[in-house]
Amino acid sequence: MSDVPISHILFVSTALFFIGMYGLFTRRNMITMLMAIELILNSVNINFVVFNKYLYPEKLDGIFFTIFIITIAAAEAAVAIAIIINLYRSHRSIDVEKASEMKG
Amino acid sequence: MNYSAYIALIPLLPLASFVILGLFGKKYFRNLSGVFGCLILLASTVLSLYAAYHYFFVDGKVSDSYQTLIPVKYTWLSFSDSLSIDMGIILDPISVMMLVVVSFVSLMVHIFSLGYMKGEERFGTYYSFLSLFTFSMLGLVVASNIFQIYIFWELVGVSSYLLIGFYYDRPSAVAASKKAFIVTRFADLGFLIGILILGFQSETLDFNTLIQRLTDVNSPQLIAIASTSFLGISLLTWALTLVFIGGAGKSAMFPLHIWLPDAMEGPTPVSALIHAATMVVAGVYLVARLFPVFHINEASLRVVTWVGAVSAFLAAIIAGTQTDIKRVLAYSTMSQIGYMMFALGVSGYGGENGLGYTASMFHLFTHAFFKSLLFLCAGAVIHIVHSNEMKDMGGLRKLMPITNIAFLIACLAIAGIPPFAGFFSKEEILLAAWQSNPVIYYIGLATSGLTAFYMFRLYFSIFWNNSHHSYRDGHRDITHHSEGSMSMKLPLIILALGTLLVGFIPFSNFISSDGKGFASETHLTFSIAPVLIAVLGILIAYALYMKQSDRPQKLAVSLGGLYKAAYRKFYIDEIYLFITKNVIFNLVGRPAAWIDRNIVDGTMNGIAWTTGKIAVMIKGVQSGRVQSYALYFFGGIVVLVIVFLYLWK
Repeated sequence: MSDVPISHILFVSTALFFIGMYGLFTRRNMITMLMAIELILNSVNINFVVFNKYLYPEKLDGIFFTIFIITIAAAEAAVAIAIIINLYRSHRSIDVEKASEMKG
Repeated sequence: MNYSAYIALIPLLPLASFVILGLFGKKYFRNLSGVFGCLILLASTVLSLYAAYHYFFVDGKVSDSYQTLIPVKYTWLSFSDSLSIDMGIILDPISVMMLVVVSFVSLMVHIFSLGYMKGEERFGTYYSFLSLFTFSMLGLVVASNIFQIYIFWELVGVSSYLLIGFYYDRPSAVAASKKAFIVTRFADLGFLIGILILGFQSETLDFNTLIQRLTDVNSPQLIAIASTSFLGISLLTWALTLVFIGGAGKSAMFPLHIWLPDAMEGPTPVSALIHAATMVVAGVYLVARLFPVFHINEASLRVVTWVGAVSAFLAAIIAGTQTDIKRVLAYSTMSQIGYMMFALGVSGYGGENGLGYTASMFHLFTHAFFKSLLFLCAGAVIHIVHSNEMKDMGGLRKLMPITNIAFLIACLAIAGIPPFAGFFSKEEILLAAWQSNPVIYYIGLATSGLTAFYMFRLYFSIFWNNSHHSYRDGHRDITHHSEGSMSMKLPLIILALGTLLVGFIPFSNFISSDGKGFASETHLTFSIAPVLIAVLGILIAYALYMKQSDRPQKLAVSLGGLYKAAYRKFYIDEIYLFITKNVIFNLVGRPAAWIDRNIVDGTMNGIAWTTGKIAVMIKGVQSGRVQSYALYFFGGIVVLVIVFLYLWK
């Protein structure tokens, strides 16, 4: 377990973050964008856990943060899905490009 | 005896009446508001008479001279230990006399208005304005410091504005009220600067301290103000002349008199109160209040003398040519105030030397009676005839016997025929002028003759000379076939009695420049010339206006240009108009308008234009696309990270 160097795990989390970022910017479907956000959040979770494990193994702060983030992500997903449903009701579509009435 | 218990009530009662009538008059009092105002003022008048009795006969005199008392003093605005603005009440012979004059004349006008203004739509408002005016005037006369007098001075101006423009649906009344306000405001600017100079140099605003400091030759303040000069004229002269300009504006002295004739647009009782008996003498009162200071500065006193004399003479000439009866009375007021002014100007200080001062105050006192009587009579006449023009009148003596007699008494008084009130005061003024400056005396004498002429021209034209119209035959519509109600007759009778009697008051015992009092002698031989010239004036008026004839016309034609110039009031209004239009509008108005339009507005428009342009440029950023927002957000974070990691040390 401890054979895995920290850099590998950080590489995974960074990759996950940028994949999420890429998805957020390129997808037009709001459900997909929501999933991309979840990826970003999870990459952060991995960071928390891994730093906690490698730097302060005797403490649990990072892990608690992760649990908080998971909880909040769940709440956030619920809110986001409610928004998406309302958007679908009014626009008959969940394509973000179509919802641009707030254009200046 | 403690005055403060009731003396403050004298001005405060009318204030209460103003507030109550102004707020509730229309709704709750309606026609009772007149009676309410009268009762309040009756209380004020009784209190002032009591105060006068107390002051003059009981305890005002200490060791043979009348003391200046300050029964009420209250620090209103305190700036520093040495400088504060107080509200106080000063009691000295002239302020006590003015209290009586103002409250008494105001009471008469209140009573007269009950009949005159009856059925008027804004009856309650009228009485509340009258109360406001009375309050401000009473406050002005008892003001114990120069700043307080200024405050009440402006209040008087405002109430005069309100009352002149009382018939606000008449464009001429609106124009007249604006003119009065602007002209007096313009003069008040001088007054304010004068106050500031006096206050700054003497380091006090209080009248007593100020007079004390500026009359003591050894005081550092006097040395400072007299030795500093501006444009070659000492600062003291500047200050006093500027204060006098303020007084001249209020008192309608040449050349700031142009508002007074127009102010006749107001209801006639108001003219009696404001533009004859009380407000217009405020300027005289101000000079009298500061007289000890004026006296040590000969230059400013000379200005007072000449402005007064020129005004008296000019106004008398103009009065002889006007046809509107109220305008004749207005110019006659200006002329009489000119008398008071030059009497102050020629006066010395202390004892018999102060004859001019006493005479001026005496004339102010008697003038208040006969001039308000004249105006109220004119009001009664206008009430019946519904016109201000002399040619619409004539032969009214049968219709209005009481008014006829009252008017005759007032005319005799103003002409200076013994034993009516005006005779005594005018004699004293002329005597004072004779002792000091014969040129002024001759001007005064000529004016006296003119006065008799134009007053009797008025009298004969209104009450005799019935060939214009015959009221008895009913050719004209007369709506009221009598002199009006008791409320209109009573003030006439009281004032006529006053005009008969007040001349016999030994005025110089009570009011003198240094408070000591002296016995003035009547010089019978001296009186001959003024009385003769007055009688001559009356006879000329009799010959010209007693019966309808073409003699006045012929005389006017033979005088040619002079008559025309006088009829057009010596073109002073036109000169003002010319100056305003060509000089002020072109040199001040237009550049100011240009600056306003191009620089002030330009700046504002420029800011708006720039904001608009920037908004158009950056509005593309707000695309409405969630993802571009996310991109900006991310980009922003990246920039911040770079800044914090590498650049922020």
